[in-house]
Amino acid sequence: MAGPVLEMRSIVKTFPGVKALSDVTLTVQQGEVHAICGENGAGKSTLMKVLSGVHPHGTYEGDILFEGEVCEFKDIRASEQHGIVIIHQELALSPFLSLAENIFLGNEHAKGGFIDWRETLRHATELLRRVGLSDHPDTRVADIGVGKQQLVEIAKALSKKVKLLILDEPTAALNDEDSGKLLDLILELKKQGITSIIISHKLNEIRKVADSVTIIRDGQTIETLDVKAPETTEDRIISGMVGRDLEHRFPERTPHEPEKGAAPALEIRDWTVHHPIDQQRKVVDNVSIQVRRGEIVGIAGLMGAGRTELAMSVFGRTYGRYAGGTVLKDGEEIRTRTVPEAVKNGIAYVTEDRKHYGLNLIDTINRNISLSALGKVAKGGVVDEHEERKVAEGFRKSMNIKAPTVFEPVGKLSGGNQQKVVLSKWIFAGPDVLILDEPTRGIDVGAKYEIYTVIDKLAAEGKAVVFISSELPELLGMCDRIYTMAAGRLTGEFPRAEATQESLMRQMTKDKEVTR
Amino acid sequence: MSTDVTAKSPAPAPPGKSGTAAGGGLLQLVLDGMRRNMRQYGMLIALGLIVALFAVWTNGDLLLPRNVSNLVLQNSYILILAIGMMLVIIAGHIDLSVGSLTAFVGSIAAVFMVNNDIPWPLAVLLCLAVGAAAGAAQGFFIAYLGIPSFIVTLAGMLVFRGLTEIFLEGQTLGPFPEGLQKVANGFLPEVGPETNYHNLTLLLGFALIAFVVIQEFRDRRRQQEFALDVPPMNLFILKLVAISAALLTVTMLLASYKGTPIVLLILGALVVGFGYVMRNAIIGRHIYAIGGNLPAAKLSGVKDKKVTFLIFLNMGMLAALAGLVFAARFNAASPKAGLNFELEAIAAAFIGGASMSGGVGTVLGAIIGGLVLGVLNNGMNLVGIGTDWQQVIKGLVLLLAVGFDVWNKRKVGS
Repeated sequence: MAGPVLEMRSIVKTFPGVKALSDVTLTVQQGEVHAICGENGAGKSTLMKVLSGVHPHGTYEGDILFEGEVCEFKDIRASEQHGIVIIHQELALSPFLSLAENIFLGNEHAKGGFIDWRETLRHATELLRRVGLSDHPDTRVADIGVGKQQLVEIAKALSKKVKLLILDEPTAALNDEDSGKLLDLILELKKQGITSIIISHKLNEIRKVADSVTIIRDGQTIETLDVKAPETTEDRIISGMVGRDLEHRFPERTPHEPEKGAAPALEIRDWTVHHPIDQQRKVVDNVSIQVRRGEIVGIAGLMGAGRTELAMSVFGRTYGRYAGGTVLKDGEEIRTRTVPEAVKNGIAYVTEDRKHYGLNLIDTINRNISLSALGKVAKGGVVDEHEERKVAEGFRKSMNIKAPTVFEPVGKLSGGNQQKVVLSKWIFAGPDVLILDEPTRGIDVGAKYEIYTVIDKLAAEGKAVVFISSELPELLGMCDRIYTMAAGRLTGEFPRAEATQESLMRQMTKDKEVTR
Repeated sequence: MSTDVTAKSPAPAPPGKSGTAAGGGLLQLVLDGMRRNMRQYGMLIALGLIVALFAVWTNGDLLLPRNVSNLVLQNSYILILAIGMMLVIIAGHIDLSVGSLTAFVGSIAAVFMVNNDIPWPLAVLLCLAVGAAAGAAQGFFIAYLGIPSFIVTLAGMLVFRGLTEIFLEGQTLGPFPEGLQKVANGFLPEVGPETNYHNLTLLLGFALIAFVVIQEFRDRRRQQEFALDVPPMNLFILKLVAISAALLTVTMLLASYKGTPIVLLILGALVVGFGYVMRNAIIGRHIYAIGGNLPAAKLSGVKDKKVTFLIFLNMGMLAALAGLVFAARFNAASPKAGLNFELEAIAAAFIGGASMSGGVGTVLGAIIGGLVLGVLNNGMNLVGIGTDWQQVIKGLVLLLAVGFDVWNKRKVGS
């Protein structure tokens, strides 16, 4: 390695009322893949915004040295001219423009103000090949999957002659297969001499691609570790992130003993759902599962396995076209054709996408919590605001939602705290069965532990919990039983004791059509 | 059992983070409240400034009792529309048809009362029903068939304007029965001993002030009962004094002319009623929820289609009411009635704090926004600014108000 390509020295960044970065130092070596990890709100994204000129020079303290020069970027363009390109968590592609148009957006191949299509096409094809895409450059972005879109973002970065590529949680929205491809590409780019900074929550990912990892906590650099060194274990990184030894990542749980004879709290029989547009396609194919009171049942599966689709179609037919199957609660058939029917029958579904489907971000904590069960704090159609406030206060304390008051708009909370609000909302609805869809996605380790504790408590209170997750360790740590799904079908069922990551993964990839 | 222990003390917070949760406190609450209502406070202050400006400019003519009374009568129909429009906009929709619908109902009213001599109370009910039906029809297309409200109500705007002209055959039709005219132009009767003021108006004004003060105190005490944070006493008193002074001024002004316009009573009832529904009723909450995040509201069990349908039904009924008041005030139904009313109502809602993306706004905000426009109109008329420049100025005020809001949000948000 040829010495540091980037040095950020004692960066301090203050927002009105908050010190986001109090003293961050980051040194990235030429040609390496450098991971940054830390809890949500630790300051990772802010640091990258400082580096890429989103927060211009003058709004922060400290120095940035890139290739040995002191840099004072006044906007993103300035940093891009130096070859620093950031790819944000939320993809910034225009869905109805073509791949080629997106790649050169703001940076078009043009002659006298008119686009040079020939050069655009040639260059786009070349760049797409470099990132391993064989799609035609005229394809609309809306017509390719998220995994490929991420690769298009990288092609776009390459078109800007990138030297330092910054990826902010690049695999958060990808399935394992696409994640794998993306990580391989990062390693491939490394061979071509491109340095990368990758922000990630996924420790196995860091182990796979990174050479070193810098841990940030509460706006300060804690340490930089050599990933390849034997003493750098996952637990070592986690304890750096949370500042405490994480003896166990999951609360201790007494496994559930199924009562003999009692009917399961929720039983789904022969459930089949067709795709909403392509009606020939079975998204959920003849699935039967059951969950008992006090039990936590996991559903494992890769993206496209049909887990969310199963849950949403059972919950008021909010996905796809129903094509058969029954739902039984405590042994009796119930109707769940609409959301109010499902809620009335004691079923709650906590969505995987809290920002779009779970919360009204511009509204306050208390009003979000009460929304699905307003009747409980109302008399004769009129909401008792004081009662509502008391309820919300109660949840703020019991769920440890970090906000000064319950009147804080939910959009201002961190991901973990938003998730606690969504959970509060559905716990307040008083269901017997909770379907939790990726309840810990995109939230930090500390908040995850808190969510696990809550789930555990719900089961201890006798609720039946269905736990959908893409993180196998989480399912293994929390569930009494785990189902696996692949391509819409149920492919396995494991008691806790018999399940391992390998055995689950084998069933999750079983009979799965390979789609490329 | 070990699970119970962990459940009661949810996960040890990482060091250095625990402090932020406990912080905040009183000042924070007050500042938060101010900041969250910045748009409305800002507009209230702007309204005050506009009133002061024109009061000085017109050598006090703006605040002459007679003019204040006129101001209420002149703006009543726009304010009625603005209330309904605010609900529509909060739900994330728009209604371009209300101006035409106002004229349409006016023409129907004339056909009922002038051509067919139907007793006016019955005719009024029929007209409200027609308005509700027209709103419901549009609501059906929007809520159940999923056609964008902009398109449906743009169609409605053309259809109702056309129907108005068909019904009236291009003529103005009048006069209306005296009873109805009194509702639109009349005042509460004079009762009691001879004073220099209108007794009933004084009584109503004082009762209103007393009611507001008592309500505020009860609210505060209940909050304290639940051990919730309340603003400090001096701030609270200041707020009460300000409210009372404003109400008292309006009361005295109205009482020293002919008293309380009946339309003002209707308007007051609507503001209180709709304000209460939007703030406290389940359906009000659901309106905010579907405007704030429609998919999330659906998944929470909100019957979004029904709510949307009802919002437009309600808008139609309020447009009918506005149409009746307008026709009765000018004592004729005209094919050109209600021109651009939809734009005035929409402007009032946005000046009063609504957001293009929905989910935000209050009924009181719509009234404040409507009054800003009303006082501007009235004041500019008094000082002799032509309608040409009036439009320019009103346009700039709308731009300024929303621009201020955007700027303010950006400042707070970043």
